[in-house]
Amino acid sequence: MSLDIATTRRIAKLARIGLADDELETVRQKLDGILDWFNQLSEVNVEGIAPMVGTETEAMRQREDVVTDGNCQEAVLSCAPDKSGPFYTVPKVIE
Amino acid sequence: MLTGLTLTEARAGLAARKFSARELAAAHLSAINSLNPKLNAYITVIPEKDVLAAADSSDAHYAAGTARPMEGLPIGIKDLFCTRGVKTTAASKMLADFIPPYESTVTAQLLASGSVFLGKTNLDEFAMGSANINSAAGPVVSPWQRKGDEKAALVPGGSSGGSAAAVAAGLALAATGTDTGGSIRQPAAYCGIVGLKPTYGRCSRWGTIAFASSLDQAGPMTRTVADAALMLEAMAGFDEKDSTSANKPVPAFSKAVGKSVKGLRVGIPAEYRAPGLAPEISAIWEQGIAWLREAGCEIVDVSLPHTRYGLATYYIIAPAECSSNLARYDGVRFGSRAEAPSLDELYERTRAEGFGEEVRNRILMGTYVLSAGYYDAYYLKAQKVRNLIRRDFTEAFEKVDVLLAPTAPSAAFAQGENSSDPVQMYLNDIFTVPASMAGVPALSVPAGLDSQGLPLGLQIIGRHFDEETVLSAGSVIEAAAGFTHKPALFAEAGL
Repeated sequence: MSLDIATTRRIAKLARIGLADDELETVRQKLDGILDWFNQLSEVNVEGIAPMVGTETEAMRQREDVVTDGNCQEAVLSCAPDKSGPFYTVPKVIE
Repeated sequence: MLTGLTLTEARAGLAARKFSARELAAAHLSAINSLNPKLNAYITVIPEKDVLAAADSSDAHYAAGTARPMEGLPIGIKDLFCTRGVKTTAASKMLADFIPPYESTVTAQLLASGSVFLGKTNLDEFAMGSANINSAAGPVVSPWQRKGDEKAALVPGGSSGGSAAAVAAGLALAATGTDTGGSIRQPAAYCGIVGLKPTYGRCSRWGTIAFASSLDQAGPMTRTVADAALMLEAMAGFDEKDSTSANKPVPAFSKAVGKSVKGLRVGIPAEYRAPGLAPEISAIWEQGIAWLREAGCEIVDVSLPHTRYGLATYYIIAPAECSSNLARYDGVRFGSRAEAPSLDELYERTRAEGFGEEVRNRILMGTYVLSAGYYDAYYLKAQKVRNLIRRDFTEAFEKVDVLLAPTAPSAAFAQGENSSDPVQMYLNDIFTVPASMAGVPALSVPAGLDSQGLPLGLQIIGRHFDEETVLSAGSVIEAAAGFTHKPALFAEAGL
């Protein structure tokens, strides 16, 4: 099964990466080559094998449900490419 | 010459007041001035007055008798660790002007142990690459040169290529690296230095820009095994802020260096003897086996049957995690932003312009393997194969204490070689990826030179949280190899 251009376009949309039509074809070829290489995994028998999530060396921890951080609005906003007062800004979403 | 010292020697020299931390730092700044324009090992050099102020503070600690373990030692920091007030780019256009308002746990611990930071070292963009050619700040050039072909610019390996080149060329006594599929060990091998990927969870990931969270692990890149142990003591430790941080005490790693390995069982994984393995790699591996046997180790043949599936599994899981982690770069909260009339176009343009080609392709690949209809066939399957790969290691470690293998399938190659076909480039990681998948610690030690005069590394892989045995075996290889070669470009400065 080879990767088609419509699927490539859908993936780019999902990833929110804008690609021009000529770029789409280049990307499609690159990814298709790699996907082909992935197919070697089809020969591995994984019957009854659980998926490994993380490296499972540590169990998930719980902690007290209390505030451990905060009062750093200015520091956080200092990284924003554009802001207005204590807010991030984005292009108008609602007309 | 101050730029040629090990951390251990420099620490002793500082303690004996043979030279000051200020002199040591100044020598390194002058070394960076002279060679960095050629090597491009640093993306950002910290202003001289700040470096010297930190060194002065270390000198005051020595004078007051309160010197800490890394006091006054000048090191480089991979530009993937957030450093408060110091630009942190991940070698990406996306973060070209990012100045973190906080300090990563690993760098905070290094500062608390007295280290003096020289600057932020170059890397493959977001740590994705094996040659340090995918950097928005330009490629790093290895300080090593091929005999008879001195003009070819060699790659330092990647992704921690700037750190490896800086340590090899005298631009830092040591440096931090991060390893997701081999990004500490492979550049260490290419540049003739020591690189240690600790057990997953040993060093906190907090404040280190994420690539693949179930694989990323910080570690030291140094000139000796003893230095790696010393620096890991400063970097490691439990951190509440990282949910996968190991809540285990940090052993005195330095005590493991030089310890006898008599009776240690060393496994030789049959599957790493792949057909087509370069004869020189095979020969250095045989040499390593002989060295360990002479030191009293028992050599045992073992099997890691799923080794051949390691790369494909890795190149599904790592991009999947990368696509998720890098979703945060949306042009709104931090990083660069492209102007656009609508929010969707703002996302799409920002991400198209901000990410380099390799990062973009990995995000797309990761998005694909996680998407509806393909998730089971690729991502879920890869997670199951990953479990089998880990089981290979667990079973091998029932029979042996450590494994010995080459670090990389070749010596360093030149810029432009191996770069047209991504799968060909991924093959560089063939010997390093399996230990990453399993989360076990692995150390690369320089073992000799090939016929072109380029360094080759041997890799020692150990059980989860048993860096100590890895360091003991590594120090035997180091002593037997007696690797004292210096690269063609080395900045001699100070005293």
